[in-house]
Amino acid sequence: MTAQRQPAKIQPSKGAPYARIMGVGGYRPVRVVPNEVILEHIDSSDEWIRSRSGIASRHWAGPEETVAEMSIAAAGKALADAGIAAEDIEGVIVATVSDLKQTPAVATEIAYRIGAGKPAAFNVSAGCAGFGYGLTLAKGMVVEGSAKYVLVIGVERLSDLTDKEDRATAFLFGDGAGAVVVGPSDVPAIGPTVWGSEGDKSETIKQTVNWDRFRIGDVSQLPVDSRGEVKFPALTQEGQAVFRWAVFEMAKVAQQALDASGITADQLDAFIPHQANMRIIDSMIKALKLPEHVAVARDIETTGNTSAASIPLAMERLLATGQAKSGDTALVIGFGAGLVYAATVVTLP
Amino acid sequence: MATQEEIVEGLANIVNEIAGIPVEDVELDKSFTDDLDVDSLSMVEVVVAAEEQFDVKIPDDDVKNLKTVGDAVDYILKAQA
Repeated sequence: MTAQRQPAKIQPSKGAPYARIMGVGGYRPVRVVPNEVILEHIDSSDEWIRSRSGIASRHWAGPEETVAEMSIAAAGKALADAGIAAEDIEGVIVATVSDLKQTPAVATEIAYRIGAGKPAAFNVSAGCAGFGYGLTLAKGMVVEGSAKYVLVIGVERLSDLTDKEDRATAFLFGDGAGAVVVGPSDVPAIGPTVWGSEGDKSETIKQTVNWDRFRIGDVSQLPVDSRGEVKFPALTQEGQAVFRWAVFEMAKVAQQALDASGITADQLDAFIPHQANMRIIDSMIKALKLPEHVAVARDIETTGNTSAASIPLAMERLLATGQAKSGDTALVIGFGAGLVYAATVVTLP
Repeated sequence: MATQEEIVEGLANIVNEIAGIPVEDVELDKSFTDDLDVDSLSMVEVVVAAEEQFDVKIPDDDVKNLKTVGDAVDYILKAQA
């Protein structure tokens, strides 16, 4: 007879009771690109662009403003805002779809260059919902105990993936980086995330051509620009289908996020949706029946659609302009290519 | 089931609310984009409101075929049947 071997007891990790956003920072490229510059390549008008998208100008990154450089600038501001030293960061999550260097993930370079020691560092690819996905993971890490402070960065150089001659999208996209520091909290300050994916709609927002088409060597079937040169892959979308989904389906998701947090629209101070299109923002406000007192992020007017970077950039601007203040309750929702979405309610830093 | 007349009236109210076009301007032969200044995004809102009001489904692929008010009325009449 041998004694029954007992299963070994694994010690659980010890996390914080709750998590919160402690600080936010943004970086916008130096070059401002007004609609007039976009119109050099497409047959359209300033009035048409403004009425369809609400965009007057956007920032496009220069050669020195790489995904890493913009992220480091935004992260530095977020750390300063949070009052947290870089060496205390134990996780770096970078949400992006436009870093053209696939491996290694840019998160590790950013972590190293900000002086964060050896944190867990990785990229997240979840389109315009990327920030919400990263925030949800960061909250989980803090509460579960695998990191005390986590940097979540949304960063895009969408000008690299924009077809400058496509009148439906040429005006839409911009570049930039936004970052937040997520850390421990004694009270709930990031609500439950309502998130998901709808892969049956994967064709509605996508890259025009897969990268491997360039490797095969036969580029004769690839689209060409007005000079006859093969076009670089770009982002394309089915405008009406995406608009319908974004306004009517995402309003439901936003309401679910409010319900999950036990917050009513009346209790909200701010609404920070992904800055996809001003018309989507306006229609969502109507669909959600948001009261007048709710401050609405409209950063898209001068920033364009910056995908994963748009929510932290809009959050930073809403706070910097005094339209919202620290401690305010904000509904955030991201939605985009996948299709994917993520919505939650947060206390602003 | 709504009659042709009721559908025109319903669409006129929807177009009025979404695009601010006077109700009396919404007639069968009017083009949404050319005559009524309903752009492609407003058209989506009109379609979703019409779906709700008349209890029909109008898929995205069919929306682009609805050029005139009459096209939309015919579509809704058929979809109701």
